[in-house]
Parts: sequence; C-alpha cells; structure tokens
Amino acid sequence: MSFDVAIVGGGLVGAACAASLSERGQKVVVIESTGIASGTTAAGMGHIVVMDDSEAQFALTRYSQMLWDRLSPELPKLAEFENCGTIWVASDDEEMDEVRRKSAFYAERGISCEILDECSLRAAEPNLRQGLAGGLLVEGDSVVYQLFATRFLIEKAKRNGAELIVGKKALEIGANAVTLSDGTRVLCGRVVNAAGAAAAELSPGLNISKRKGHLVITERYPNFARHQLVELGYLKSAHGSATDSVAFNVQPRSTGQVLLGSSRQFGAEDGEIDHEILRRMTARAFDYMPALRDLSVVRVWTGFRPATPDNLPYIGRLPEHDNIFIAAGHEGLGITTSLGTGELIADAMLGCEPAIPIEPYSPARKVAEH
Amino acid sequence: MSEIGSEVLVIGGGAAGMSAALPASARAKVTVVDDNPLLGGQIWRAELGKIRSPEAKLLIESLEAGKITVINNAHVFGPDSYGRLLAESPDGTIQLKYEKLVLATGARERFLPFPGWTLPNILGAGGLQAMVKGGLSIENKRVVVAGTGPLLFAVADYLKAKGAIVVCIAEQAPAATIRRFALGLWRYPTKITQGTAMRIRLRDVPYLTNSWITGCIKSSGSSNAITATISRRGKTVSLDCDYVACGFHLVPSTELASVLGCRIEKGVVVVNEYQQTSVANIYCAGEPTGIGGIEASLVEGKIAGLSATGQTDAAREHFAERDKTRRFGKALNSAFALRAELKRLAGPDTIICRCEDVEYGRLTEFPSSREAKLQTRCGMGPCQGRICGAATEFLFGWEPGTVRPPIFPVKMENL
Amino acid sequence: MITLTINGSKISVEEGTTVAAAVICSGETAFRRSVTGEARGPLCGMGICFECRVTIDGEVLKRSCNITAIDGMEVSTDE
Repeated sequence: MSFDVAIVGGGLVGAACAASLSERGQKVVVIESTGIASGTTAAGMGHIVVMDDSEAQFALTRYSQMLWDRLSPELPKLAEFENCGTIWVASDDEEMDEVRRKSAFYAERGISCEILDECSLRAAEPNLRQGLAGGLLVEGDSVVYQLFATRFLIEKAKRNGAELIVGKKALEIGANAVTLSDGTRVLCGRVVNAAGAAAAELSPGLNISKRKGHLVITERYPNFARHQLVELGYLKSAHGSATDSVAFNVQPRSTGQVLLGSSRQFGAEDGEIDHEILRRMTARAFDYMPALRDLSVVRVWTGFRPATPDNLPYIGRLPEHDNIFIAAGHEGLGITTSLGTGELIADAMLGCEPAIPIEPYSPARKVAEH
Repeated sequence: MSEIGSEVLVIGGGAAGMSAALPASARAKVTVVDDNPLLGGQIWRAELGKIRSPEAKLLIESLEAGKITVINNAHVFGPDSYGRLLAESPDGTIQLKYEKLVLATGARERFLPFPGWTLPNILGAGGLQAMVKGGLSIENKRVVVAGTGPLLFAVADYLKAKGAIVVCIAEQAPAATIRRFALGLWRYPTKITQGTAMRIRLRDVPYLTNSWITGCIKSSGSSNAITATISRRGKTVSLDCDYVACGFHLVPSTELASVLGCRIEKGVVVVNEYQQTSVANIYCAGEPTGIGGIEASLVEGKIAGLSATGQTDAAREHFAERDKTRRFGKALNSAFALRAELKRLAGPDTIICRCEDVEYGRLTEFPSSREAKLQTRCGMGPCQGRICGAATEFLFGWEPGTVRPPIFPVKMENL
Repeated sequence: MITLTINGSKISVEEGTTVAAAVICSGETAFRRSVTGEARGPLCGMGICFECRVTIDGEVLKRSCNITAIDGMEVSTDE
C-alpha cells in the first residue's frame, strides 16, 4: 500500500496536518507509536492564545486562532471549546507598563483587547487577590480540550480517506518510505515529521530540546475562574534562560475544573514529579489567587515541550530532502499553532500560496542560541 | 508541614497493619498511619465511634500501650521527590520518613455496573454496612443483598441484627461451587463456627445461589423504594425493597504499592515469603497481596513486621500458618469467581464511570483504559478509577492505568 | 445527641454518627448531582467513591461518609 503522505506523530500537530492534507485530496497515513494524542498533546493545557513575542510568533498564533474560530462550530461539545479570553495579570506598575505596550501591539494588529485596572480586574476575577495592579484582557483567546480536538481532526481526516497506524514506532524516515519498529516499510511520496519532542531523533540536525512542565488539575469548582489567567512575568520566566522557572497560569475548564501551570525545566529527562518545583509553582499561584489553596487536586502530571532555540517551531521542507517536511518544535504553543501548521505544511507541499509567510519557521534557519 | 521519622512505617491501621506494628515495635521505632478516625480498618470499622470486636479492642489496646506512634485521619497520597511519603491530615501535610515500609492498605468492594445501579439507596454490601455503623437506621427497612462472596453473608447478618428485613441474599456463584467451598472449610474450624452461627441467624432469609441482580428502578409508589430484578436460574424475579446492598467480592488496594514501584501482577502486590515486595525496603501484608480474609491479614502482618525488623527466625515460625490462610484465600477467590453473564448486565446507556458519567456504549471501541480515559474521561474523576477500574477490567479486560501521585485527591496547599 | 442543620432543617442524631448517615436520617437521598444531573448517594461507605460529597460549613465537595457529624454543623446537598 502506498500513500501520498505519511505523517509521523499522532499528536494535535500531526492530526492537523492529516486533516489539512486529506482535505486537499492527499492520501494520508498517520503513524503513531503509542496512542492518538498521548504525548505532549495529552500533557498540555489547551490554551488558544495570540502571542506577541515576535512578529513571526504573532503571525502564526493569530492565523491559527482564526482557524480555530472557524473550526469551532464543527467541534463536538466534548471538545470543550470556550472563548473565555485571556487576562494577562500585572502585579505592579512596571508590569502595567508592559500591559500598555502589549495593548498597543495588539491594537495595531487588530486584536481586540481591554486594559483592566485593579478594580475591574477583581470584578472580572473575584478570586484574584487584592492589590494586583491590573491586567490586559484579550477577548479572542479560547481554551479547548485538546484530546477531543485531536480525535476530531483524525476522524475528519479519516472521512477523507486517511489511514491510521497506531502502536508501531517509526524508526527511520527515508525519502519515500517510513520504516516501522516491526520492520514494515510504509511507502509514501512525502513524509511529515510531526513527532514532537522525538522529532529530532528521526531528523537529526533539528535543534529540539525537551522542556519539562508540571500541571495540576482540580475537582469541579464552577466559576472559580472565568478567563485564562497568566501573569505577565510569564514572558520573562517562559522564555528566559536555561534556569528552571515557574509562573502563575490558571485555566478554567468548561467542566468547572481548574487547571494550574506552569513550570519550565531544561535538562530534566524523567517524567517524575519534582516536588520542589511543584511547590514553587503552587506557591506562586497562591500569591496571585489565595483561594486555590483549598481546592482539591485530582491529578498532577508532567510533560515535555519540544523547544527550539528561538521559540519558533520548525514548519516546512527539510533542507536537502525534497520529500521530507518538518512540523515540530512547537514548545508550549502547539495547541494554538497546530491548525496553522497543518495549513502551512499543506501549502508548502502542494505549492500553494500560504496565508502567512512560512520562511520564519523554515527548518533551514540558523538560529543563534539565546 | 511537619515531618515524622520512623524506622518502620506502617500504612493502614486494619488487621494487617496493626498486626505488623506490634512485633516490629519490639525492635524499632514504629509509626502507624491510617485514614480513619479510629484504628480497626474496614473489617473492624467502629460503630458510632466505638470498636465492638473484642479481638480488635485487644490489638488496639496493645498498640496504644506500646511505644507505637499512631496517626489517624491521615491520607497517604504519594511519595515526594526525597524518598518520603506524604500524608494529608486535618493539620496539613505530614512528611513521613522511613527506613522500612509496611503497606497494609486493605481492599475495597468490586462494583459491577447494571442498569439502575447509580440510583440513590443502592450501595455496596460493605458500603451499606459501613453506613449503618455510621448511624444510619435500617430498622424495618427491606434490603436486597446481592453480588458475590462471603461478605454478603456477614452483611446480611449484621443488617438483620440491626432490625433490617433482609429480603434475600442473591449470590451469583453456583450452589455446587459454594458447597464445595464450604466442605473445604473443615480445615478452618473458626470459619465453620462463624459460618454455622450466621446460617442459623439467617435461617429465614432466602439464600439464592446462581442468582444475580440484573437491574433496579425506582418503584412507582413511595418515593424512595426500589424494585430490583434478580435473574435466578434463567427466570427473572422482581423484588421491592428500600435498599440494595450489592458488592462483587473484594479488590486489593494496590495504588500506593504501585506508585512506589512495587511489582504488581494480576492485580496483587508480588511478595516473597517474608512479605517483601520487589522494592527491598517495602513489605506488604493482607488483602493487597491477594484477597485472603482476616486470618491471612493477621498472620501476614506479623511476618511483615518481624521481617522488616530482622526477626527472620520468628517470622519463619508463621510461614505454615500463612500458607494455610493463603490456601483458604485461593479457594475463596475461585469459589466466588465472576460468571461471564455478569459482563452482559450493562446496557449501552448504563453508566460505568460514575464520576464523569461515561456510559458503557461509549467505551466498547477502546483497546485500553488509557485511551478510554483520554478520549471519554472514564476514570478521570476524583475516585481516580477506583470504582470503574475494577469494572472495566472485568468487562473489557483492561489493565489498570498507571498510578500517579496524588493517589488520592488532596488540597492544593497540601501537595 | 447532637444537632446539625441539613438543607436548612435541624436534625438530632446520636453522637458518632457520620454526616452521610445524618443526611439520610433527614430524609434526603440525593447527596449530589452527577455531571449529567443525576441524583446520587453514597455507594462505598468508606471514602473512595466520592458519591456522597456535600457542602459542610461552606466547604464544598466534602465526603460525608467519613466525616463525623458535630454539633452545629451546617450541611447542604446539591439541589
């Protein structure tokens, strides 16, 4: 059996590539070693957010968010898509300056947002502590239960003829075939490496490292939080140097559960819970939202973000390999940027004009270490 | 956050845990941690705050008389990154340091889903008994006791003594199997004495073998009454009652052992003859090593407590007795093995996961509990799969998913 | 005897009674609403099934089967 495209990786990014390519008439196979959405996708937070770290990051998150909004009427209820918005929380005047800068950046680019003062912040989120400086409400951001969304995209691709191979690991990506752990070769015209944190093992030369994170989820407390809440210091800690960091990041699930992040650790290879960083993370959260202390936690887990040196994913053709494409390295933004990635990959493969320039994400780019 | 250091830390204050703590305390500094207000475990659960069993009282008194530290109301929810266990207590988190650990975490009932099983007033067999011990008045209430295992007998006996009208005991196991099991009991005289006394007290209660519950609905008349249907030798019988007490034998509680990396096979913690698990400084005793009843728990506890403190010769003296109780356990588990018909009780709309309301029909397409969990939320709720896990294992043959801390929900500030 | 309030009504129970038993004594069988709105009551009686969760003295989601009732306690079930 031969396919037009073999996609290695059944996470949300692979599923989005499968949906985009099969919709455009490509005969697609998705190869997933453990289970659909069982890797970084399962460990993630499901935040669909427009980011302003760089113009390229803005373009990809903005484009992807638009695709999510377009997809949302089709999503089943179980996908828990909710346009709850993000509030970037500022704790002091310095961070309020950042709020104003961010607001101007978004406003210039047509993103609807609103500056909140101390009072309106508390009104929007009564469980935040008193004395915070304010925040920026970005109305268009959403949350989604990424596991159902992945499944939905896979089902969609299947309706367009896509096939699925689950439980076999891709060992080698060749020009016109993917070799699986049981020795079979899946013949294909082209390959998309969407193996997330494992992508560099299959395509040496990609600079993807694992950034470990912890998440905590509670029982159901409807209306405890209403927006995705992220401290503005998040940017400093999220993309700072190689030291471990934590940030206040709360997500209200449509189930009423509260999902709490976040931590970032380089060089941590095992998935065990690290109690020191976990306690730093919860302590940080209590500082912003003291009432979190009393919520009952049902699960704690860890995951690995596939990080690149410049915090942009690799999307596009692998240099010197006409038939191999990369869709990996989405760090902590893969849920948001999955849909844009799928479309860009399809455009690049089929020679269509992409909606946004694809060059900034090229796997060929040389990036300076931060 | 406080820290308590022990040479031997015992998790579980039931028969096995207490029985381990006593001999260990002769040689070591021992701490017993239990999640109930009083020691005694499930089998000796206190009645309105008081332990009734003389045997249990004696054990508890000896424990309290010794230099054993007892911590009640503390839920162990997992290890931390520094080799300690963490327990949530009303006063916050306790960090438990240990050299040797004895796991005596007991068992729970197995529940099998059938249409209507989520209605109020349908409880486990042990579940209803525990409620009555907690002050629920059962006087003149009609109770259908159903499921499988010797617990049904004990529960019916207890409820009747408390004034309940036990409508019947519906035991799914075949009569012949139970007869064979009963005949084998001559080796265990105390069981015969107990059994005979119970039989006499329950002589007016129909004991229906080859019979199992197939559904429950709210009765049309009075608001809380239930009509239970029982399949009996191919026929369906409807019975009106106020409560259904339904449990399908017991399942070992192995979450803590699992999260600590102890090898688990076929649902039980693997131990050697000294009750030592695959992790060298962790011992395990009682129901987690295989359902065997109270005698097994007592003797395994002793062996674990002695072995953990280097008293191996003394431990060996109990091997023969332990092996005998294990034979009893084996006979027990095979006599009350679940029949295949029970796999067909649930309909497409029957809820399997009560925390997340996931119906049977949504689960049949999945190959494993992990995939089902990620795609349907089955087992994702606060009980963390303790109720539905045993059911899906039986219904679909799914292995339980990986256990991760916290193994029990815990307040965020106590993590 | 101790007296507690369950869904606004006072009820007296014997000392040592669990909150779950007291709730049933008060005539209430539905402790909580499940995620799809079904009425649920206790199942396991030993604190592992989470079906008996109620609000006790303003604290939500408390497992009533392993909490002993005390004088003056305010308990409410999901409506």
